[in-house]
Amino acid sequence: MANKTAYERVKAARRPDKITTAQLIHGLTSEFFEQHGDRLEADDQAIIGGIGLLNDKPITVVGIQKGTDTDENIARHFGSPTPEGYRKALRLMKQAEKFHRPILALVNTPGAWPDVESEYHGQGSAVAQNIIQGMQLRVPYVTIIVGEGGSGGALALSCGDRVFMFEDSIYSVLSPEGYASIMWKDSSKVQEAAEELKLTPEALLKDGIIDKIIHEYKPGDDLSSLRDFLDQEFSTLAKLPIDELVERRNQRYRNF
Amino acid sequence: MLRSRFNMPSHEELVKRMDAIPDHVLRECPICHSTFFSLRAGSSKTCPNCGYGFRITAKRRAKITFDSFKEIDAQMTVPKQYTDEKYVAKVKKAKKVTGINESVLTGIGTLGQQQVGVGIMDPFFVMGSLGSATGEKITRLFEEATRKKLPVVMFTASGGARMQEGIHSLMQMAKVSGAVEEHSRAGLFYVVVLCDPTTGGVTASFAMQGDVILAEPHALVGFAGRRVIEQTIMQKPPKDFQSAETVMKHGFIDAIVPRKEMNQTLTRLISLHTKENVYGK
Repeated sequence: MANKTAYERVKAARRPDKITTAQLIHGLTSEFFEQHGDRLEADDQAIIGGIGLLNDKPITVVGIQKGTDTDENIARHFGSPTPEGYRKALRLMKQAEKFHRPILALVNTPGAWPDVESEYHGQGSAVAQNIIQGMQLRVPYVTIIVGEGGSGGALALSCGDRVFMFEDSIYSVLSPEGYASIMWKDSSKVQEAAEELKLTPEALLKDGIIDKIIHEYKPGDDLSSLRDFLDQEFSTLAKLPIDELVERRNQRYRNF
Repeated sequence: MLRSRFNMPSHEELVKRMDAIPDHVLRECPICHSTFFSLRAGSSKTCPNCGYGFRITAKRRAKITFDSFKEIDAQMTVPKQYTDEKYVAKVKKAKKVTGINESVLTGIGTLGQQQVGVGIMDPFFVMGSLGSATGEKITRLFEEATRKKLPVVMFTASGGARMQEGIHSLMQMAKVSGAVEEHSRAGLFYVVVLCDPTTGGVTASFAMQGDVILAEPHALVGFAGRRVIEQTIMQKPPKDFQSAETVMKHGFIDAIVPRKEMNQTLTRLISLHTKENVYGK
């Protein structure tokens, strides 16, 4: 809905009844096999990752999942991944590369989890590695920003060949609350912040940051049109010689 | 009798005497809180008590670290599309204070006989934040170093992304990362020196992508700031949780190097990486 204000869009992106990453995975793939753990120390539940069939073709999915109730929110710390989560995602993306599976990343996060433990475990380093290694993956890599795309925590899974956004989603350098707090030392000026951040899909499409706006799907909706669209995108990308795919991807980010 | 000869001055008198000392004569270390005569910090601007390196401009750092330095892309600055008055004024002031046109100074320097690509972030230029032109300058530095087959030495000092440039600031993290990777694939050496403070989007990209990562003593190094942690999840971080020493203990820094030994250490590291590798042939 292009007539929503930026702040209304922020609220829509955060709606608790929005379609979840888990529902999207369930609706888009069959035979989904979830994989756990970063093989170093932990399994971060903020990230759901695994292998599934998209129109009968194997793909790897890594997605950030918020909770739907308090218990799940605590377990998944409100969809803010820890370094272990980013390392799990990277492990699965590297595995996708090994088996020539395209990668679908689903992003819905206010940002990387800001706690002391995550700092000790190298949150900055984890995000930095997802960016630098993600950009070189030799398979098609497509991101959908489903709800919130907050800061480096979202960029860590959005360095691929295509970045799409749902109608009711946002993508910004920082949350509007954080922006208001830094710029005006007043976190209540969220509405102004949302306007200034130009975080709506329309603004970002116009700015060349994203490639396309995808119409909103609700829980329970038939996802076959989205499935076919992604299938088509992966097929198009897979037709490029791998070197050219990676070269184009790097050029995309070089132009910013 | 003694008492009368060494009369303790009154509190008011002491305050008056302290006020008479010009501000720049004495300096307090923000880390160990010792007070000392500014001159004792020397040209390296280091605390004589704990070794903390005070925040310095990029130009000064170039001068005290490298045997020679020649700037590139000196004119590159904030793109004209950003017209917000407050931001424009901030940038104007930053240029005056730092003597450079963006938050990073880039160029080709020498360490001993060896040429190196040099990037130095300036914490006095809008907190060393990562603007579009900052990202562009660093990207060009890596591209130039790749063409000339030179190692890169990068000093980071940054509050993170530049809010005023929004999503374009975020995209610089990816852009620079692409150039770092290309440099790395050419088999070239990249050494980072984390300076006070290195945080946010800079930590989450090129600051953590070096082959060797050094830090200055007591530099603050982290991703999420203390206030963000306190306000978002109501957790109170311990005092030194983001000091270089703590970060090193957790495995993200190779060595902590005092500023006075920086030139020598970098020269040694560069030479270790440029010697002919006879076993690898």
